[in-house]
Amino acid sequence: MRVLAAMSGGVDSAVAAARAVEAGHDVVGVHLALSRMPGTLRTGSRGCCTVEDSNDAWRACDKLGIPYYVWDFSERFKEDVVQDFIDEYAAGRTPNPCMRCNERIKFAALLEKALALGFDAVCTGHYAKVIDDGHGNKELHRAADWAKDQSYVLGVLTHEQLQHSMFPLAETPSKAEVRAEAERRGLSVAKKPDSHDICFIPDGDTAGWLAEKIDMATGDIVNEAGAKVGEHPGANAFTVGQRRGLKLGTPAADGKPRFVLEIRPKENKVVVGPEAMLAMDEIRGIKISWAGLPIAEAAADVSGEVQGPGSVRRSLDFDCMAQVRAHGDPVPARARVEWTADDDGTVREELLVTLIEPLRGVSPGQTVVLYQGTRVLGQATIDAARSLARPEL
Amino acid sequence: MYLDHAATTPISGPALAALTSELSRSGNPSSLHGSGRRARAVVEQSRETLAAAAGAHPSEVIFTSGGTEADNLALKGLFWSRRDADPVRKRILVSSVEHAAVQDTAAWLEKHEGAEVVWLPVDDDGVLRLDALAAELNGDRSSTGAGADSVALISVMWANNEVGSIAPIAEIVALAAEYGIPVHSDAVQAFGSVPVDFSASGLAAMSISAHKIGGPVGIGALLLGRAVKLVPVQHGGGQERDVRSGTLDTASIAAFAAAAADVVGHLPEESGRLAALRDALISGVRAAVPDAVLRGVDPALRPEGRLPGNAHFTFPGCEGDSLLFLLDMAGIESSTGSACTAGVPRPSHVLLAMGITEEAARGAQRFSLGHTSTPTDVEQCVAVLPQAYARAKQAGMASHVSSIETAGSKSRNAGTAHAPVSAPLSQSGVGK
Repeated sequence: MRVLAAMSGGVDSAVAAARAVEAGHDVVGVHLALSRMPGTLRTGSRGCCTVEDSNDAWRACDKLGIPYYVWDFSERFKEDVVQDFIDEYAAGRTPNPCMRCNERIKFAALLEKALALGFDAVCTGHYAKVIDDGHGNKELHRAADWAKDQSYVLGVLTHEQLQHSMFPLAETPSKAEVRAEAERRGLSVAKKPDSHDICFIPDGDTAGWLAEKIDMATGDIVNEAGAKVGEHPGANAFTVGQRRGLKLGTPAADGKPRFVLEIRPKENKVVVGPEAMLAMDEIRGIKISWAGLPIAEAAADVSGEVQGPGSVRRSLDFDCMAQVRAHGDPVPARARVEWTADDDGTVREELLVTLIEPLRGVSPGQTVVLYQGTRVLGQATIDAARSLARPEL
Repeated sequence: MYLDHAATTPISGPALAALTSELSRSGNPSSLHGSGRRARAVVEQSRETLAAAAGAHPSEVIFTSGGTEADNLALKGLFWSRRDADPVRKRILVSSVEHAAVQDTAAWLEKHEGAEVVWLPVDDDGVLRLDALAAELNGDRSSTGAGADSVALISVMWANNEVGSIAPIAEIVALAAEYGIPVHSDAVQAFGSVPVDFSASGLAAMSISAHKIGGPVGIGALLLGRAVKLVPVQHGGGQERDVRSGTLDTASIAAFAAAAADVVGHLPEESGRLAALRDALISGVRAAVPDAVLRGVDPALRPEGRLPGNAHFTFPGCEGDSLLFLLDMAGIESSTGSACTAGVPRPSHVLLAMGITEEAARGAQRFSLGHTSTPTDVEQCVAVLPQAYARAKQAGMASHVSSIETAGSKSRNAGTAHAPVSAPLSQSGVGK
């Protein structure tokens, strides 16, 4: 196969490319330029988008004896990932930019260009597994090493995207193994530290970075009953689950600490309440996608008839595990997909997840990824979450 | 097939011979003993050879580490010396199609030394507009009414590295001479390709580089008029007439001179040969890819307006880096035409200054010919181009929205992507 190895400059993608070469594929290394103004070590920048990272990727390709190119995706990245990140925060939601980058850049803009230029697949250093069901259909599964597993951030990939994805690190027992292999292969990135945080926020200060991009205005902090208990300098600077920095004027009746339960950007309000109300029992998701073909139940276990606009037309119930963070633990859940006809006849698709074990710190904008065993079924963007401990307003 | 001679050209026979023979010898040209005198003799002989090839007096040759250092020395040195003589002289007039070595140096002077840089416009072919220069000098154009008195220097490259357009150096110097303003020219691409005579040009300073003419990388020169005062940039032993310090690189200097003598000695026939190859390339590309647009001066209309070895095109609807990749895979080595130290391709400032849209500029591809080029190179390039272009076009523009089905595009098509459901969750019946 002709394989395009996406090279971030880190150790994982370098070893993934090495394995693709060793498997006999015709491999070309490509570094994605995601910023028009890439920093260097001298300018103190870091992450996965700097000139130093590009040079590291280049040296890895030299070592592997494969060609190396830098392709510019800065414009798309700015629009699809950076702007989306800002817009989501401005709307009071918590986005996952790495997921967005996988969805729209690595396995869309890059993949499309690769296919057009004659490649068969894009290879990355993600820890996840693509399995063929024997009929040419792809399934996405967790990596062998659950501690490093990145299937969550790939949960957004569609069948078309998975058909052209290659993850050579799928079966690797541990990250230490990857570093040891890099060392054995003479790759200079063997000891390079892992990248953390968000690559386009150079100093890691997300709140400070957002404050320059989003208009912040002082507003009210209210309790779960709607009563004003304090003031905030800008609602968008808060995240659900946050406890520190609230500076509440009115103490809680029970004297216990309070946490951010909800951000209401339209009213510029931050809602706080007791810890128990952070435990979410129900999640509603939109923008559903299946990682591969929809599960078997999608064909079999469908009930309901459309009676008229606004009514449930079709629904599908299944048991699964739900995960709402990249490295969060999955919890048992019951999921339902509902297809509803709107008044104008368009069909709306919603995912409703009942968590059998409640999850803390679920906020709109995050992604819920559903699993059965090691298999990723699909995902949805969380639109709303509800705690049974919290009374309806 | 190497079609990137403007980036660097293979070392010539005479240069390689001079380089290897000198590398095996020892001696610091500044030492006073026998070895030193021998090395000094080689340097001075080379200086005379190079001066003769460039139409300069030997004492006007200041050896540098290359074109970039020569440009830095000229701009900073001239700016400081002219401003020191009269603090009113703060303006630097620079063409908007300069190499980064001039562009970034001018920008640095503006940021750190209080200079005011005026970027002079070019026409659609990338040639400096003399009317704009004249207007700047007589104060018609500048908003402050500042005229020639406030100009420290003018810098305009002799031949553009991307599109090969040749600047009207004689006219620029004539205009500047009316006001006694020194003119610098980056002649790195012009020297060795077209007739360049430093003395006859009337330039105050001119940058040249060895590796563009068959010499080694790492050696160049600033030709500096004997009457021109210049403040040094780097300090030390003052080896080059107190204008430039650093131990002289005897072997590289000897090779530079050998390359210059060789290339200038064969210039008429070689430039004729290259121009014929270039014209074959241009007509071949136009026939193979009718959509391709030649940028810069059309040699069919004005043969003296373009470097003989340069052919530059924009290919609509594709990214230059896609085309470069496909040509590279097919064994054709070309360039998108813009300098990219970070490896990050950006639309060329030269093309943008020529009034070309960013979209069109992204599809740029430069083919540059040199002393090793043959008709086979041109035929091969033309042969693989149509397929490469078709493919690159299919890959589309980096800015376009991908047609791969993603979670986002899927739900957008279903009409739900940007319309989060606003009904309270409790009504949806979860868990009931």
